[in-house]
Amino acid sequence: MSETINIDIEVLGKKDTRSGFGEGLLEIGRKNKDVVALCADLTGSLKMNAFESEFPERFFQIGIAEANMMGIAAGMTIGGKIPFTGTFANFSTGRVYDQIRQSIAYSQKNVKICASHAGLTLGEDGATHQILEDIGMMKMLPNMTVIVPADFNQTKQATMAIADHNGPVYLRFGRPSVPIFIKPDAKFQIGKADKIIEGDDVTIIACGHLVWKSIEAAKELALQGISAEVINMHTIKPLDEKAVLESVAKTGCVVTAEEHMIHGGLGDSIAQLLSRTVPTPQEYVGVNDEFGESGTPNELMTKYGIDTRNVVESALKVIQRK
Amino acid sequence: METQELIKIASQVRRDIVRMVAAVSSGHPGGSLGCADFITTLYFDTMKHNPSSFDMDGMGDDLFFLSNGHISPVWYSVLARNGYFPVAELATFRKLSTRLQGHPSTDHNLPGIRMASGSLGQGLSCGIGAAETKKLNQDKGIVYTLHGDGELQEGQIWEAAIYAAARGIDNLIATIDCNGRQIDGDLEDVISLGNLTQKWQAFGWEVLEMDGHNINEIKKTLATAKEMVGKGKPIVIIMTTEMGQGVDYMMGTHKWHGSAPNEEQLQMALEQLDETLGDY
Repeated sequence: MSETINIDIEVLGKKDTRSGFGEGLLEIGRKNKDVVALCADLTGSLKMNAFESEFPERFFQIGIAEANMMGIAAGMTIGGKIPFTGTFANFSTGRVYDQIRQSIAYSQKNVKICASHAGLTLGEDGATHQILEDIGMMKMLPNMTVIVPADFNQTKQATMAIADHNGPVYLRFGRPSVPIFIKPDAKFQIGKADKIIEGDDVTIIACGHLVWKSIEAAKELALQGISAEVINMHTIKPLDEKAVLESVAKTGCVVTAEEHMIHGGLGDSIAQLLSRTVPTPQEYVGVNDEFGESGTPNELMTKYGIDTRNVVESALKVIQRK
Repeated sequence: METQELIKIASQVRRDIVRMVAAVSSGHPGGSLGCADFITTLYFDTMKHNPSSFDMDGMGDDLFFLSNGHISPVWYSVLARNGYFPVAELATFRKLSTRLQGHPSTDHNLPGIRMASGSLGQGLSCGIGAAETKKLNQDKGIVYTLHGDGELQEGQIWEAAIYAAARGIDNLIATIDCNGRQIDGDLEDVISLGNLTQKWQAFGWEVLEMDGHNINEIKKTLATAKEMVGKGKPIVIIMTTEMGQGVDYMMGTHKWHGSAPNEEQLQMALEQLDETLGDY
């Protein structure tokens, strides 16, 4: 174990990732005239108002009709438009899975499915809205790219990057305000993981705002003399296999952390990779086969075991299994 | 195109349909036969399109979306007879590695297909999307869609119907194939749709009606529909058809919705359908 570990990650502020989407959409809308945006009666929640104001002719209010929105988006690609759909993650996936499957994924349509309010941290609205299965559903679809950016800046960067990627994309972000630590001028590359912290004893692979929790966990582990490597796996599909394999070759164990069901999420993708290459002890931070409930985001993260403490405990446990 | 020519083509299309489904003992002949006159007229007479140089975007062209994808045999036959791909390829229908999948797919790059369909109720939304893009691109092409009457039991159709009227999608002509039958039996027995003409009118659409087996009437109605394009309202044609039209034992029943004829039944069908363009 390392003797002195210095982790210095600068916090640049705190903001909701959905606002990163809103800013990214506006900016890519200015650069690319083929970008169009569709929304199912959640323009304010998705932070799409600025795009709507500046490009009213390229903004399509569909009303509360998500299935229709997905079909219209698929059709709009014929003739070269790049549709970005916006609604909550639950209504972006589970409600419209067959529409996405047939009209977008199977039909290879260049639609960007942008989903806010994912997971437990939607908070008080409760389990009807707190989808924890969406990453799994979307990554199972052939042709689909799945991206879960870590903070405001990265969500903005990812929103712009997916416009230049030809093919269907699921972009997942959230409602709560979370720390910003990715530089505003960082280059976002689909399928290329960010190594946030170098370490030797344990690999922590996270996505979304669990990356920040993992950084906090690495700091706590450092106090115990444990050197954790933290990887921001913002693209769940296609998975940056090289980044995972290089890291576990060094550390020999892994913790995955995500605001999603353990079944079918990021951890599941990592486990599949490792089980067929280098079987490696792994612990999962995620929701374990149960629905959420009403509460504040922080209360829910604590109760359902997806907080900093859970990352730390999982790291200690997995190191023992090496 | 002269009506007599269209009638000849439709007869060959019907031969293609029954031969395709019989060859693989699967597929949907009933609805395919019922829509043969309409799709033949649409592709050979009405639509502005370019079979020899198909591309996905179809700029400047009229576009067609088959929402009731299970009647793929009629579409494949018309596309092939129209020059989109070799007629001989109809022999590969539903066979391993074919471009002519059981339900239409873009996954195999078959010219003429722009959207997968089969899971019902999705094609009207897709057509509306394509129509919205044509408006943005100031493209004068018209978007045509076809739906089964049973398909209207899907809720997404009515989401799309509301949207198209609210937004004045007036470069879209949808057609409903009203054969009154579906897999489980007569539509009236399965779940009645009530008065479709009144329903679409109440949803804010221009509604036309036609006999789907009278090619003169199909030509005339489609011409009327085209004149309504650009006038602020989406257009729907309620088309009355007979499932299995052209093959006597397939008519008057829902039995041939999704069943293929055996060899003996195939010969009985072929005796009733003139070979006008040469079998594949």
